[in-house]
Amino acid sequence: MLETARQYRCSTLRPTELVDDLLARIRSGSLNAFITVDEAGAMRDAGKAEKALKQGSGDTLTGIPVAVKDNICTRGIKTTCASKILANFVPTYDATVVERLRNRGAIIIGKTNLDEFAMGSTTTTSTFGPAKNPWDETRTPGGSSGGSAAAVAAGLCAGALGSDTGGSIRQPASFCGITGLKPTYGSVSRFGLVAFASSLDQIGPMARTARDTAVLYDAIKGHDPSDSTSVPRGYPAIDLKSPDMNGIRIGVPDEFFAEGLSPEVALSVRRGISTFEGLGARIIPISLPYIRYGVAVYYIIATAEASSNLARYDGVRYGVRKEGSGDLTDMYMETRAQGFGAEVKRRIMLGTYALSAGYYDAYYKKASQVRVLISQEFEAAFTRCDLIAGPTAPVCAFGLDEMMDDPLSIYLLDIYTIPANLAGLPALSLPCGFSGEGMPVGMQLIAPHFREDTLLGAGMAFQDHTGFHEVRP
Amino acid sequence: MREYDIVIGLEVHAQLLTSTKIFCGCSTKAGLPPNTNTCPVCMGMPGILPVLNRKVVAYGIKLGLATHCSITRRNIFARKNYFYPDLPKGYQITQYENPLGEHGFLEIEVGHSSKRIGITRIHMEEDAGKNIHDEHEPLSYVDFNRAGVPLLEIVSEPDITSTEEAVAYLKELRQVLMYLDICDGNMEEGSFRCDANISVKPAGSEQFGIRTELKNMNSFKNVQKALEFEINRHIGIVKSGGRVEQDTMLWNAAENRTYSMRSKEESHDYRYFPEPDLLPLEVDDAWIEEVRSLLPELPSARRRRFQLQYGIPEYDADVLTQSKPLADYFEKCTHLLDSPKEISNWIMTSVLRVLNEKGIDISALTVTPEMLTDMLSLIKKGTISISMAKDVFSEMAGTGRSSAEIVKSRGLEQVSDEVDLRDKVRDIIENNPAETEKYRAGKTQLLGFFVGQLMKATRGKANPKIANKIIKEMLDS
Amino acid sequence: MKITEPEVVHVARLARLKLNTGEVEQFQKDLNSILGYMDMLSEIDTTGITPVVHATNIMNVMRPDTIIGSQTLSDALSNAPKHKAGNIVVPKVIE
Ligand SMILES: [Mg+2]
Ligand SMILES: [Zn+2]
Repeated sequence: MLETARQYRCSTLRPTELVDDLLARIRSGSLNAFITVDEAGAMRDAGKAEKALKQGSGDTLTGIPVAVKDNICTRGIKTTCASKILANFVPTYDATVVERLRNRGAIIIGKTNLDEFAMGSTTTTSTFGPAKNPWDETRTPGGSSGGSAAAVAAGLCAGALGSDTGGSIRQPASFCGITGLKPTYGSVSRFGLVAFASSLDQIGPMARTARDTAVLYDAIKGHDPSDSTSVPRGYPAIDLKSPDMNGIRIGVPDEFFAEGLSPEVALSVRRGISTFEGLGARIIPISLPYIRYGVAVYYIIATAEASSNLARYDGVRYGVRKEGSGDLTDMYMETRAQGFGAEVKRRIMLGTYALSAGYYDAYYKKASQVRVLISQEFEAAFTRCDLIAGPTAPVCAFGLDEMMDDPLSIYLLDIYTIPANLAGLPALSLPCGFSGEGMPVGMQLIAPHFREDTLLGAGMAFQDHTGFHEVRP
Repeated sequence: MREYDIVIGLEVHAQLLTSTKIFCGCSTKAGLPPNTNTCPVCMGMPGILPVLNRKVVAYGIKLGLATHCSITRRNIFARKNYFYPDLPKGYQITQYENPLGEHGFLEIEVGHSSKRIGITRIHMEEDAGKNIHDEHEPLSYVDFNRAGVPLLEIVSEPDITSTEEAVAYLKELRQVLMYLDICDGNMEEGSFRCDANISVKPAGSEQFGIRTELKNMNSFKNVQKALEFEINRHIGIVKSGGRVEQDTMLWNAAENRTYSMRSKEESHDYRYFPEPDLLPLEVDDAWIEEVRSLLPELPSARRRRFQLQYGIPEYDADVLTQSKPLADYFEKCTHLLDSPKEISNWIMTSVLRVLNEKGIDISALTVTPEMLTDMLSLIKKGTISISMAKDVFSEMAGTGRSSAEIVKSRGLEQVSDEVDLRDKVRDIIENNPAETEKYRAGKTQLLGFFVGQLMKATRGKANPKIANKIIKEMLDS
Repeated sequence: MKITEPEVVHVARLARLKLNTGEVEQFQKDLNSILGYMDMLSEIDTTGITPVVHATNIMNVMRPDTIIGSQTLSDALSNAPKHKAGNIVVPKVIE
């Protein structure tokens, strides 16, 4: 992204030229990374950007092609959430993040594939078919922001937006060998993000490098009065000079290297941590005993909120309606039965059950209490360290034919990413190595609330001394 | 002794007079073409988020204080989940645990005794849209203009033991809402809606009966009739050894009876949980005190004060405090002219008659307090008679002209000049010798005849008091 | 079994999801496996902990009562499956 901006400035590359090339590659590619490509809109905006650059009024993002996950609303461009029920939905409004990108001159090149309503870790529950991993097209790019991750890794866009409810930016970033940031809850507006779980969802940037990720984050962050959960405070620009890592304390929790972690992943992540040590960071062993309950807490809270957030898809005001036998309840039942895929239904069922009479206290309330304990545990840990490091996911990208049919084992893939969502903390996934089969491995860094500067700074320092982010599929 | 105790609890939904809806910037204006008063927020489009209107909270605090509620410091909003076409998001944003106001009461007067009706809770929530049913086809039409209009839900304790008390409570609550200027109180248009929970039990029994919920009563008269019908239905069932079934009943005003809604009902499970799109709302002392300082005098207090300060009867005080603008009108008049009872009489008769005939509010009346009191001064001075004043008032209400102008242009001044009147009476006596004879012989009932003649001669402008006095004097001499 | 078949049917009804017999069976199995996993939470003593919804301590977010205005009717209806004279049309609501 910064590289493209540099080329624009030296006039060795023009936006229309780049966009034209990307559109051709997207068209001929087989990654299924995009659901909708806005060819006309992208070319139009590229022309505008070109003019602005010629007049010298451009900024870093002018003419930069960005892909947007298809659960983020774009005015006049279909926003499907990879669901049959929204297959024809065209928003009349832009999400705040999209508006901010457009205001900076970025080009929205298209809408990327995802797990239906962002519910999944493989981008296989999309009604438009699975997205594929550019490192090996027989494998999953991860999910749910798998289309965004694949598009960035394959160089089909300079950067992308994803959304992360339980790891949906970080895990596909790790599977595709790119950098992805889940910002602090409340630092990026959710206005226009189709809600999965409102108290956990956060939009974030995905790019090849930590610097590009920082540039994109700077463009979308900041208070938005249209989102009540957006935090009003100062949001200073991220310094793009890599910081001195000397004396930075990095906590490494035992629990992040527990059973279920692939030894290859463990090895790469341990090496990544040693790299920080080599840069002068102090490694501090810590313990976060409550995070082992994270998956259980998450799948109660997230599905409870989802069951309610997805009630609006009833075929009345928008979306694909199925009338059934003609009575109103039948229309609801048919519309939702035919419009939602199996995973979405499973989560609606689970969430409805967890909130239903007689079960609320045992599930939703209990989970909300344990969530407090997890937050407190992080807070305590951050008195002893500046960052927490560990793996992003327990495994590398696996084959689309190796899909587990047991939903619980898929849920457990999120075990390392979920805690940051529960505690609202910012977290970053960085490429830190490759498996024996040549698949990327991701390392996760977690920082205290609103310390994206520390997080991205560490990422820049790491990437200034390693080359994993430069290897292309 | 009554055989059965009646237990009634009332649930009122009051639409608030804010400019905008509770969670978006759409106006609250009613009567617009369908779906033109909407935005993505109140239509429940994907990806949109609610932001709370501060005024809704202020209005809630206002009502809470006016009804002696304790104001909850830490409020959270909740989602009430159910499917209905007029409910855009598939859930209503409302309050569940920790409503804004709790443990209050309202004092009502029934048959010269007053009673406190407990208020369990007052909470904020959003209104739904409207479904209209096609009369010919199996279709319904949905209009979301009303979706998101702010409501206060006011739930009473089951302290109400008769239909009279129920109506008195509703009237009092409506009056308080209108005094606070936070609801227009219009029942027909649904800005003041009421549901009732009813049960009966053998007199004195500790055990509550099975209750039914009663909906769709859009006037006080309907409330009274519906409650009576439902109570009798309950008593009928219990008397015949039956068992009332828990149910929701719909009042049908055309047929004067209630109908069970069970066909549509299923076991409700609203799956309330905290609204994750909104953050907690903390109401601090400063805000409460700010609202308290702006509270107007409430109807019950004003009623009492009117009786004490102006020495007017309870009945007058009741009528005059029906609405705040009317009571204000009365008080303005009393500041201009120190005759409270006369002012009250004029307001209760002439003023209210004109308002009724024209179907207008006191604010639209062309007769200002100054105009009314000026006219009353003319009566006092004897310039016009009371019966003339009634005509003058009607003309003031019709044309907006002042009483002085009207009296002058119509030549209505009373003739109080005794010399002139004596001349006229002398003529009358001369012209009516027979009657004069009879009167002087003791048939004093004929006085009326002479007064009538004098009125005829002065075209009604003779000051009646003076006329009587002069005629008597001259006939007796 | 934590969740019974009738409960699955009831929950599906609450969520307005029409399930076929195969789905009822499948969801019963899946839900039971997940709910079984969630049982681990009962190990934790949470007495006295006030549950939170957000991992943020911001509150009192409000807007002034100022009219921003509404969308056009064509925007309001642009995604509606069926509409007539400005209204959205649905199968009859029975009351
Ligand atoms: Mg209500
Ligand atoms: Zn609106």
